[in-house]
Amino acid sequence: MPHVNSLYGPLDPALDAGYVDAPPRMGFFTDTSVCIGCKACEVACKEWNLVPESGLDLLGMSYDNTGALTANSWRHVAFVEQPRSVGWATPAFRDTPDGPPVSPETAAVGAHTSTDTGTYPGLPPGSPAAAARMSGGPEFLGMPGAQPPGRGAGAEGRTDFRWLMMSDVCKHCTHAACLDVCPTGSLFRTEFGTVVVQEDICNGCGYCISACPYGVIDQRKDDGRAWKCTLCYDRLGVGMTPACAQACPTESIQYGELDELRERAAARVATLHERGVPEARLYGHDPNDGVGGDGAFFLLLDEPEVYGLPPDPIVTTRDLPAMWKRAGLAAMTMAAATAVAFLGRRP
Amino acid sequence: MTDTTSPVPPADFSSYYGRPVLKPPVWKRDIAGYLFTGGLAAGSALIGAGGQLTGRPGLRTVSRWTALGGVAASTYLLVHDLGRPARFHHMLRVAKLTSPMSVGTWILTAFGPLAGVAAVAELAPLLPQHGALGLARRLAPPIGNVAGLAAAATAPALATYTGVLLADTAVPSWHDAYPSLPFVFAGSALAAASGVGLMAAPAAETAPLRRLALAAATIELVGGRRMERLGLTGEPYAHGRSGRLVRAGRALLAVGTVAALVSRRSRILSAVSGAALVASSVATRFGVFEAGMASARDPKYTVVPQRERLDQNGPTAGR
Repeated sequence: MPHVNSLYGPLDPALDAGYVDAPPRMGFFTDTSVCIGCKACEVACKEWNLVPESGLDLLGMSYDNTGALTANSWRHVAFVEQPRSVGWATPAFRDTPDGPPVSPETAAVGAHTSTDTGTYPGLPPGSPAAAARMSGGPEFLGMPGAQPPGRGAGAEGRTDFRWLMMSDVCKHCTHAACLDVCPTGSLFRTEFGTVVVQEDICNGCGYCISACPYGVIDQRKDDGRAWKCTLCYDRLGVGMTPACAQACPTESIQYGELDELRERAAARVATLHERGVPEARLYGHDPNDGVGGDGAFFLLLDEPEVYGLPPDPIVTTRDLPAMWKRAGLAAMTMAAATAVAFLGRRP
Repeated sequence: MTDTTSPVPPADFSSYYGRPVLKPPVWKRDIAGYLFTGGLAAGSALIGAGGQLTGRPGLRTVSRWTALGGVAASTYLLVHDLGRPARFHHMLRVAKLTSPMSVGTWILTAFGPLAGVAAVAELAPLLPQHGALGLARRLAPPIGNVAGLAAAATAPALATYTGVLLADTAVPSWHDAYPSLPFVFAGSALAAASGVGLMAAPAAETAPLRRLALAAATIELVGGRRMERLGLTGEPYAHGRSGRLVRAGRALLAVGTVAALVSRRSRILSAVSGAALVASSVATRFGVFEAGMASARDPKYTVVPQRERLDQNGPTAGR
């Protein structure tokens, strides 16, 4: 069994993987406070990495028609549309007549829409009740909105209204459960501390898909293998910036040395707090968290679960030594039970 | 977990349009089937060794063939479930303790050929008395005995590693049940193998199986009693389709065990008890499998426990 700390807690993943003289750990800092939802990252990623088409249907839940990270979408821009305010921002539809932007009923229907992403499980349906709650906001809980935005209600019906946009990506965890459980060695740790699938090795066992606490990695239906963001390993090797970060027009996606990105992120949070956005917080930046910190971390404007992220993920292999002990105990019990059954008196 | 007696979820939690946080496992029913066939093979190998060492040749023969059948079916199901079945041998590139699937691959690689040799050795009496085949006829039983004992030595690992296989995932109901799953699977494996023996072995040799069925039921029920009391993530073991399967598995286990204990003189009742034990194992395996799938499909099982942990203890940082 490896040293207990290599399954959990802060460490340098490239050193832990056995690299000597590894370059600094590289990563992404995605600052959602400046994301404009243009999806240039999704497009640039697809073009550079030759990621197949992932369905062209409208999902009907928001401007997000990608739905989730899949084997065919390695960046996913989430759009959260809710009747609540962000910081001291001016409400989006101030001085225009508007109604609730999204009705809980619409959201409930949207929870069941999907598109053929060409992957499995791809974009599974969600819980309509949870979707309705999410879109209702605190003031409109359970109330259906019959009108499209901008019609119907007068000035007295105006609401605060927010759009949160966030470009999601593989987190390149310090303790990557996908990598730990891969039985073929297809998933490996690069010298940059990132996690990459070798497509010539993967045999599509699917273990990584169940192990990922963020629901990132996914399987292509046509070729049976698992695929996810490589943090543009081919570009990193020659000193280039990953395609998504290069394409981002607002520097919402920042690429660089992880240590420097963490400093920059802390300063950005302080600035936002100063400017009246108390909701700003970092996610995945802390090397002491349940996955040892993410190589790709985020500045969010609400709780992580609002963006579809797990609020406090813990790498499943933290408990693996305890699991093997229980299995050993069960195995001994099984052998002993058989022995006792056969040693008993003959009738 | 707040109140372990009432796993009622809080009415409210935030989500992204109700979509699951996790990707539900891509494993098809093949894997639930494998949980059963692998357990059956392991339990049968143990019973085969017991029959061998205590002079019960009929029970030994039946159990060795069952072990071979179970492990052959397991291999087929596991390879069939792969996205790239032709690359199954890539599992043999590495040996990784952090990957229960890698550990299981090596356990199966050891167990399969041993179970095969032990079963094929049972064909010795069909060979002619003289010549080269006559030599094989005399050599086969001792070789089969060594292989049978070696298979039995690896069998407990084969039956219990699958508990770790499921638990070492982000799937809430599987991960949280990690203390229980190996015991449930160990009991279920012995129950299934005892059931096949009760149906197929000579009645005079089945006395140990009746005791073993009782032990199996005890291991499974005592080991699994905490599964539904996990709080919210225990819910799928008690409710819905998965809950019905788990309950059916327990009911069949109880019926099969009682019937096994009272059926000493009735061949028909023995067979019925055996069938109930086998059916119990199938239901339990599919129930546990489905419970995990259900817990990964609904975001509440991911978000609510993590949110409660955060609200009670602060971030995982420093713990």
